[in-house]
Amino acid sequence: MSAKARRGEAVVETRGLSMHFGGVRAVDQVDFTLYDKELRCLIGPNGAGKSTFFKCLTGQLRPTHGEVTIRGRETTGAEPHEIAGLGVGIKTQVPNVFDGVTVEENLWLAARRWHGAARARSLTAEVLERLRLGDIRRSLVGRLAHGQRQWVELGMVVAMEPWLVLLDEPAAGMTHEETARTAEIILEINEMAALIVVEHDMQFIRMISRTVTLFHEGRILMEDTMDAISADARAREIYLGRSA
Amino acid sequence: MGGSLRELRPTLVWALIGVIFTLFAPSVLQLFTIINLTTAIALAVLALSLALVWGYGGILCFGQVAFFGLGAYAYTIGAINFGGSTWAILVAVMVASAFAAALGYFIFYGRVSDVYLGVITLTVTLILYSLIRRTSGPEYKIGNALLGGFNGVSSPPLNAPWDARAILFPEQVFYVAMAALIILYVFVGWLVTTHFGRVCVAIRENETRAELLGYDTRLYKLGIFTIGAGVAAIGGVLFCNGVGRVTPDVFSLYNAALTIIWVIVGGRGTLIGPIGATFGLFYLTASLGGQSVFNNNLVLGIILILFVLLVPKGVAPTLIDWTRRRSRPAGRERRRRRARPEGGA
Ligand SMILES: Nc1ncnc2c1ncn2[C@@H]1O[C@H](COP(=O)(O)OP(=O)(O)OP(=O)(O)O)[C@@H](O)[C@H]1O
Ligand SMILES: [Mg+2]
Repeated sequence: MSAKARRGEAVVETRGLSMHFGGVRAVDQVDFTLYDKELRCLIGPNGAGKSTFFKCLTGQLRPTHGEVTIRGRETTGAEPHEIAGLGVGIKTQVPNVFDGVTVEENLWLAARRWHGAARARSLTAEVLERLRLGDIRRSLVGRLAHGQRQWVELGMVVAMEPWLVLLDEPAAGMTHEETARTAEIILEINEMAALIVVEHDMQFIRMISRTVTLFHEGRILMEDTMDAISADARAREIYLGRSA
Repeated sequence: MGGSLRELRPTLVWALIGVIFTLFAPSVLQLFTIINLTTAIALAVLALSLALVWGYGGILCFGQVAFFGLGAYAYTIGAINFGGSTWAILVAVMVASAFAAALGYFIFYGRVSDVYLGVITLTVTLILYSLIRRTSGPEYKIGNALLGGFNGVSSPPLNAPWDARAILFPEQVFYVAMAALIILYVFVGWLVTTHFGRVCVAIRENETRAELLGYDTRLYKLGIFTIGAGVAAIGGVLFCNGVGRVTPDVFSLYNAALTIIWVIVGGRGTLIGPIGATFGLFYLTASLGGQSVFNNNLVLGIILILFVLLVPKGVAPTLIDWTRRRSRPAGRERRRRRARPEGGA
């Protein structure tokens, strides 16, 4: 575990975290720690339990066993809005945006939750610029292309100015160019916040990766740099071998 | 944190048209028509309340008439006991809102799904209907007010504020009703441009996202549901003034369905649409009432089906889309304007 960057305090900790669906152990006894300002990628084959683990952190699922601590506060079984209320920005695997309103309104709703009217307005303008959404600010989000919708969702996370960011497959379905831009944005976010990023796209992970956690059948199999994981025989067999 | 005046402009234009109509109607129309109109205005307030709760809040409440009817009963019983209408109006709004708050608490904090929300609200309405129908004996009394079972109770007319002897004439009741409709229309139109209203629209669009931004969606839904019930209660107060009495029929399945039809025909996501549809359908059924060739319910049913199939968005949103599309070539200037699509009248 050479590259583990132990900077500052632990911001996310899980102890013995398990999520069972009937007989399926989607997440099984996971001990996980994320440190302040860290950028961690979660990888693993389909059905490895990444999204389920993620939803236990965000409050969308109530874990069967174990506990979650966010910056020292136990959040096991808390409501999603309570967890978001701690200053946690979340992007889900299935895009969750406000389809019937404009791009600008989507961002404003995120900014206004945390700031007064004036600051929310200026922050909305800033984020529109930063994510290059200015030209489509008045478009209904429901009419946008998939990649743009993903950015609107990412924009909402940015507009919250969170100190912890959880992203589930932020580059899914994006073009090459869009993926590269998303990687840039994530690195920008990382200047202010710690991140957990779930991804499949190896190239994308190489663009942003520091430490990578490999999930397999609900458990953490390895936690290391991308290079070390690529070199590991077991990891290649369950995951990389399949996509190569 | 209200919206800008520009966002409210269409709302204010409609309000002005309403004011002008109010000033001239009594000198043009016959007294009979004015009295009838008061009833239609009361129903328009009911439609406005569902336009808020369903159209903007995304809460398909099948029992909006429950709050309307509770408002009418609470007003009537209050006015009989207090010997005046001033406090009775307040009681009507409080009773309906408190009932909605209690019901909404179980629905929203219990995370009842949308389908069951419709079922529960309708069931509650029908329970009220059959309960109040059974109150015909002399033992069913609240203070001095006999509930009267299926015959209902006759409602004391409105009086000038804190002066129970100054009973309003039908023409004055019409003014009060129009004023209430216009004020509530502007209030609701303003409400949906506030931070609260915009969050409610966001919840309608995607509740999960709203939660993930840190909004407690249960609280917002409870809020808009309760406010909607208060508005409906004022409709109920006006209704029993227009009709002169309140009967359990206010809680009937027919009226519950009619409320939904107004909003579907007028269009969800607008306020003026459902109000206009209420007046339109009120006069359509009134004119059909005088003949016996077509069955009233049949006509309403056909209208509903036609709208669902041909104009699924409702009249007002379809007209707005249509005018926007027509004016697009000249749209450079327009695009610069600060217009959210939800800023409809
Ligand atoms: N709500 C649910 N009910 C029952 N089983 C579920 C549920 N959610 C997930 N599972 C199961 O849990 C396991 C882990 O699923 P999860 O979505 O966490 O995988 P993942 O690693 O995110 O996969 P992917 O890369 O495809 O997104 C799978 O076997 C899945 O079928
Ligand atoms: Mg997943």
